[in-house]
Amino acid sequence: MSSPVISIEGLGKRYYLSHQAPETLRDRLTHGVRGLWQRMAGGEPRPTQEEFWALRDVAFEVNQGDVVGIIGRNGAGKSTLLKILSRITEPTTGRVRIRGRVASLLEVGTGFHPELSGRENIFLNGAILGMSRAEIRRKFDEIVAFAEVERFLDTQVKHYSSGMYVRLAFAVAAHLEPEILIVDEVLAVGDIAFQKKCLGKMQDVSRTEGRTVLFVSHNLPSIRQLCRSAILLAGGRVQSTGPCAKVIELYQHGLAGAAPTAVPTPTADLRTLAYATGIAIETLDGTLTDCLPVGCPWRARVRFCIATAQRDFVVALGLKSTDGTAVQTAWLPPQNLAPGDYEAEFVQDRVVLEAGTCTLLVGLSSGDRGLQQFEAARLDFTAEHARGYYAGTSGVGVVLNSMQSSLRRL
Amino acid sequence: MAPSAPPELVLEAGRASRNYWRDLWRYRELLGFLAWRDIKIRYKQTVLGVLWALIQPIVTLAVFTFIFGRLAAMPAGSVPYPLLVLCGLLPWQLFAAAFSNASGSLVANTHLISKVYFPRLIVPLSSVAVALIDFAVVLVLLTILYLWWQFVPDWRLLFLPLFILLTLVTALGTGLWLTALTVKYRDFRFVVPFLLQVGLFLSPVGFSSANLPNWRQIYSLNPMVGAIDGFRWCLLRGEPVLDPLNLAVSVAMALLLLGSGLWYFRRTERTFADII
Repeated sequence: MSSPVISIEGLGKRYYLSHQAPETLRDRLTHGVRGLWQRMAGGEPRPTQEEFWALRDVAFEVNQGDVVGIIGRNGAGKSTLLKILSRITEPTTGRVRIRGRVASLLEVGTGFHPELSGRENIFLNGAILGMSRAEIRRKFDEIVAFAEVERFLDTQVKHYSSGMYVRLAFAVAAHLEPEILIVDEVLAVGDIAFQKKCLGKMQDVSRTEGRTVLFVSHNLPSIRQLCRSAILLAGGRVQSTGPCAKVIELYQHGLAGAAPTAVPTPTADLRTLAYATGIAIETLDGTLTDCLPVGCPWRARVRFCIATAQRDFVVALGLKSTDGTAVQTAWLPPQNLAPGDYEAEFVQDRVVLEAGTCTLLVGLSSGDRGLQQFEAARLDFTAEHARGYYAGTSGVGVVLNSMQSSLRRL
Repeated sequence: MAPSAPPELVLEAGRASRNYWRDLWRYRELLGFLAWRDIKIRYKQTVLGVLWALIQPIVTLAVFTFIFGRLAAMPAGSVPYPLLVLCGLLPWQLFAAAFSNASGSLVANTHLISKVYFPRLIVPLSSVAVALIDFAVVLVLLTILYLWWQFVPDWRLLFLPLFILLTLVTALGTGLWLTALTVKYRDFRFVVPFLLQVGLFLSPVGFSSANLPNWRQIYSLNPMVGAIDGFRWCLLRGEPVLDPLNLAVSVAMALLLLGSGLWYFRRTERTFADII
């Protein structure tokens, strides 16, 4: 039961970054026919290119039946790791041993052809994912039922809504029966109800059938829900492995730690116009903080200096979630400001944001001209000590309970 | 696909999969599915549909018969000139379709190559298979011409599959080179139509190679010379006599192309996903 089905040692993957336009045959010819021949024969490229290690010295083991989440910021090497494990690309150094049949799902609907019908695409996609014709035929009805597309089976997929498309594609993948399933961020598509159904299916698979699952996602709640252990990648290396909750906490902490909390030094140009001089985030009683319980009102104070009189000067504040979504934007109305020091205050007491990490952005502009825009702080909204009733389940919106609601008996 | 317990798989730099050929066999159904997909979508949203597979050879047939048969008045032995031309067109069109399909196949399937593992050889192989469909349609045209001239082929017809194979080997060999090179250097996209154009004139499509008095062996270095001569020999009751030495030169050349094509393809295959 606990023998490793995947063991990885010293794994590295090197790419070459070319700073010029993509290489064409002419480039090669100007570098001599001999070089061309070497290159065509798969030799090493010119040393003038910059190397980039997408993965370096990665080592870990995965046991049978484990559901392992792989997390990390963009560019941490998650996708490269999955590509190596699914044999799409080969490692530069190190070794991977895999015991079992691997199916990888790096994308929903790989190989779907828009001109073919739903029925035909089930067969095509199944074959591409490694199912045999007999296997697909056996599971066909189940797949169709799971995808809820019975009525449109013989319609060309190009006429499908994107939701139907994704459902059909995932349904095929969900009925794969490999010993090891590798899933990239594919659940991010589709509606919430279907996402839940997929998560449920994946859970069933790992629990009842002892299947090993490697799961990459930026969606921490679903990682938390699915995985028992997790691997945190940073800069192509394994930063941490262990129980899911611990690794996620470290990841979130790392995100917060990486954030700048001060204002940037203004350029000489800005010094003659206007620039930010300080920022403070605090609760309404004036305690400075970067970690707020859900529902707790807070405010941000932005100090700035006007060096020369500014027309239509605007101070704006924005919140961006870790996946890059702009969550909230607020600004003061444009006004003409005389030289001097000012402080703008933004109070958050109307909107309650869901637990998570946000980046606070500050922008200064004058008329049509943007003066400064920077990430001022990293803010954590935590579920602990949340104000009022807080369900704390996954799938809630970014904005919580910020509506006038009432109940009356009829 | 094989229900047997999977052995341990080791992924390492430069390690060619020992099970490559077995994998290829395991994925044979995928080969079929990809070919089936390409056939299915080939004539989607066209009015004339599969008629297109006939129109092109009919027009070429008419033009070549006029130019070589009438204007140049090339001899055709006892065979009606259009029949002679069609028996050259058949293998040539098969080659042209298989070769150009195979050459573009990897780049056309970029989305598969960068997202799923399978032996990459499946892709050019399936695209070669697709060319056989149009070939079968043109065979219908041949039957019509046979009926028109009340021409009945003899026992030599039985050897036709061998020459179809020779054509496919040539197309696959050259196609493997071109498709692997195109992954890295898109320049080779422009080489394909050019090669086909030149090849059409370097091959005895519109005339019988029996008209060439000498240099036959050197001419046969073009493997399509052997294939076309072979087709005519099979389909036209052995009309232009098949010279074994010339044929051997063509077969050897075709095998050399296939061998080297496979070698280069296998050699560069590991990096396809990184550079495509």
